Amino acid sequence: MATSGPLRSPQREPIPIDARAADHLRYIRETMESAAEFTAVPGWGGVAMGVTALVAAFAASRQTTPRAWLAVWLIEAFVAVAIAAPAAATKAHRANSALFSGPGRKFVLSFAPPIVVGGLLTFALYRAGILAALPGVWLLLYGTAIVTGGAFSVRVVPVMGLCLMLLGGAALFTPATWGDAFMAAGFGVVQIGFGWWIARHYGG
Amino acid sequence: MQRFRERSAPLEAIRNPAREAVRADLDRLIHERIRLGIVSALAVNRSLTFNELKALLKTSDGNLSVHARKLEEADYIVCTKSFDGRLPKTEYRLAAAGRRALERYLNHMEALIRATREG
Repeated sequence: MATSGPLRSPQREPIPIDARAADHLRYIRETMESAAEFTAVPGWGGVAMGVTALVAAFAASRQTTPRAWLAVWLIEAFVAVAIAAPAAATKAHRANSALFSGPGRKFVLSFAPPIVVGGLLTFALYRAGILAALPGVWLLLYGTAIVTGGAFSVRVVPVMGLCLMLLGGAALFTPATWGDAFMAAGFGVVQIGFGWWIARHYGG
Repeated sequence: MQRFRERSAPLEAIRNPAREAVRADLDRLIHERIRLGIVSALAVNRSLTFNELKALLKTSDGNLSVHARKLEEADYIVCTKSFDGRLPKTEYRLAAAGRRALERYLNHMEALIRATREG
């Protein structure tokens, strides 16, 4: 059989040793960053947040004024942040990775926008006197934040976000008096359940 | 030709001391891509399951299994087999020897870059 080209492939340019070593170091760093995704979300922190959410739902349901009701949930939001931040930092530290390294930073940057929108909508809806929409809006946006942030984590995290979004969607089209029950289910039961699963299967 | 290669190797080492350094004490066991990936991934996790490692390193069952066994035989990683309900579960952890080997490897690569760029 006749061949038009040379039988031996042309010699490739040799790769400098330092470039090869740098490539190995890059590979190690990228693997570590991807692997750290498995531990980005604190499971036991989620369980603790779920428990405080159940307490908040009970307390909020006993409030007689919309202002007091909103105050209970805003306090709960601060408590949740106070639990989640150190829990995530502790877990990242235990896994020998910085909280704001690759996966942690990606999680925070994807998680933050829906939460900021949630804050703005809370203010706008409160001023407009449409508090009844808040449980649905909060669950939908928190769920969205978990889904977008969870895209860089294990599959169970975005699934938790989807569950929260489903509850949020349902809360928008049901009587306003069910709002606390929906939030107890979403922020409480869903977070406890998934938090426990994450803690058991992904190192705490 | 073979004789020419044998004769030219020491000359090459004199011209390129960094290349000689890497040959001298490079840990061949974790120099391989998949094994390096396993050790790196386990360095930032308390443990990872077989399936997690497989997804992370985008490799096949057989490939991962072979490389993991080599690391296990060298006591670089520890393998634990258990049952999650009815499903068998294989978990890997990085052993102290494996962590030391990774540190040595990182130092080696950094030294190599320094030596090449300074020289």
